[in-house]
Amino acid sequence: MELKDTKVTLAGVSLPNPVIPASGTFGFGLELKDSLDLNLLGGISLKGTTLNPRYGNPTPRIAECEGGMINSVGLQNPGIDALVNDKVPALRSCFHNAVIANISGFSLDEYRECCRRADECEGIDIIEVNISCPNVHNGGMAFGTSAKSAAEVTAAVKQVCHKPVFIKLSPNVTDISEIGLACQDAGADGLTLVNTFLGMRIDIRRRSSVIAAGMGGFSGRAIFPIALRMVCQTARKCSIPIMGCGGVASAEDVIEMMMAGASAVQVGAENLRNPFVCEEIVHRLPALMDSLGIDSLTDIIGTVNR
Amino acid sequence: MNKGNFTILENTPLGKGCFRLVLQAPEECRAEFLPGQFVQISLEGFFLRRPISVCDFEEGRLTLLVKKTGAGTEALSGLKEGDSLNLLYPLGNGFDCSSATSSALLIGGGIGAAPLLYLGKALLGRGVKPTVVLGFNSACEAVLLEDFRSLGLDLHIATMDGTLGTKGFVTDAIREHSLKAGYFYCCGPTPMMKAVRAALGTDGEFSLEERMGCGAGFCYGCSIQTARGPKRVCEDGPVFKKEDLLWN
Repeated sequence: MELKDTKVTLAGVSLPNPVIPASGTFGFGLELKDSLDLNLLGGISLKGTTLNPRYGNPTPRIAECEGGMINSVGLQNPGIDALVNDKVPALRSCFHNAVIANISGFSLDEYRECCRRADECEGIDIIEVNISCPNVHNGGMAFGTSAKSAAEVTAAVKQVCHKPVFIKLSPNVTDISEIGLACQDAGADGLTLVNTFLGMRIDIRRRSSVIAAGMGGFSGRAIFPIALRMVCQTARKCSIPIMGCGGVASAEDVIEMMMAGASAVQVGAENLRNPFVCEEIVHRLPALMDSLGIDSLTDIIGTVNR
Repeated sequence: MNKGNFTILENTPLGKGCFRLVLQAPEECRAEFLPGQFVQISLEGFFLRRPISVCDFEEGRLTLLVKKTGAGTEALSGLKEGDSLNLLYPLGNGFDCSSATSSALLIGGGIGAAPLLYLGKALLGRGVKPTVVLGFNSACEAVLLEDFRSLGLDLHIATMDGTLGTKGFVTDAIREHSLKAGYFYCCGPTPMMKAVRAALGTDGEFSLEERMGCGAGFCYGCSIQTARGPKRVCEDGPVFKKEDLLWN
C-alpha cells in the first residue's frame, strides 16, 4: 500500500488527520491521556467553556435511546480561567496537534470576553463558538436559531479574535445553510455542524421525563444521515471550511462526511460507548483510502456527485 | 482504562431478579481490580454500556452480580456460557481499605452487597475482620449469604418483611445487635445509605449509583455536588467519604 495522505487544513491550521473528538465527549483530553495515544488524533475539541464556572444541570443528565442518547449536562465546566491557566497548558505538555477551545456564553459580551481570553492563550489553535447548546436557558441555542443573532455573535467574537473562529451550529432550525451563510458573511473562518437535536424520553411508569431537566440533546449513530445532509447543504452554499459532526462512528462515516463537504470530522457520542473509537478510525483510514483509490483526503472534500 | 473481550464462564440465576456472571479475563488483561471499582459492559442493541461493580476477581476470573432493572440487564441475563462480552475496565476509585485500621462494618442493601464481598476479602488480607450487615426486601431476594459466611465473617441480615433475620432495615439490625466498628463501608439504595449515615456516628464511605454516560470521567453525565465541589460519580467515585456527601 502506498503512503496515504491523511493531512487536512482548517483555516490555515494543519492537522495530521481529520479525526477530532467533539466537544463534550472527550473532556479536556487530559481525562483520557493515560488510556490512549492522544497524538494519534488530528485535534481535540475541548469541553464547552463559559466565562464563569458552571455546575450544570441536575441528574439524570443521560437517557438512552435507540441508536443514540440524550444528554443534558448543561455546560458543566470550570470556567475560562481554569481553561487557559490549567487545562490547556496541561494538555499541551502531552498533545501536539490542534487544540480547539469550545466557547459558550449567555450574552454577546460574555462570548466576546471568553473568546478574547481563549485567543490570548498560546496553546489554543482554533476557537469554536457554541451557539447551539440545547441544554441551557436564555443563551446557548437561542443565539444559533436565527441568522441575525448568529451573525451578531460571529461579528462580536471576530472583533477580538486573531485565531480562526469556527461557529458551531444547531440543527434545530429550518434551514441550517442560511445560518451558516450568515456566519460566513459576518466573518466566520469556518463552521462546525451539527450540535445535538433537541429530544426527550419519558419514563412511562413515573409519567415523567427521564432527563431531570425535561429535555436534552439527542446524538449518536441515529443522527448521522441528517447531519450528513446538513453538512452537504451548507457546504454547497458556503466557501469556508466545515467540521462535520453528528453520529460519526467509523472510518467510512469520516469519508462520507468529507465527500459531503467537511474538511475535518468530529466524533461525538460514539466516544461515550467506545473511548478508543477515534484511535481506531485513525488506524483504519489508510487501508480504507487504499480500497477506495483515495491518495489524499483533501481530494475528496465535497466530491459527492449529486 | 482498558477495553477487552471477556468470555462468559457461568451465568447463574441468583435470588429473585438477580444473576451471577463469571467472566474469564482476556490474556492481555494485566489489570488489578480494586474493591468498589466497576466495569462498563457493551451490549448488542444498546447504545450505552452498563456499569456493573466488581463482586470478585481472582486469577483472571471476574465475578459480577447483576440485578435485572431494565431491558439492558434483561438482555445480559440471557447470555450463555462461551459468549463474549466487551468491557471497559477497571473504572472508578474503589473503597479505601486503609481507612479501616482495626474493625469495620460492611453494610449492603440488595444488590449493593456485591462490591462488599471483594472488599471483605481485601480487608481480611489486611488483617481486618469486618462484620457484615445485609438488608433485603425479602428472604427470596437475599444474595451472597454463603459467600460471606465462607469467608468466616460475622453476618447479620435484615428483611423488610421479616422473612429472614431482623424485620426492618439494616439500621434496625445494627441497633438490635449493637454492632459497632471503627469504620464502615456502605453500598445500597440511596434512602438506605442516608439512613445509615444518620444512624452511625463513625466515619465511613458510600458507593453511589448514578445514570452514567461514558463511565470514565470525560462526559460529565453523572456529576454530583459534594463538599469538595462538583464530582463525577464514575471517575471521582463511585465511592465517596461520608463527610463529602451533601445529603440532607
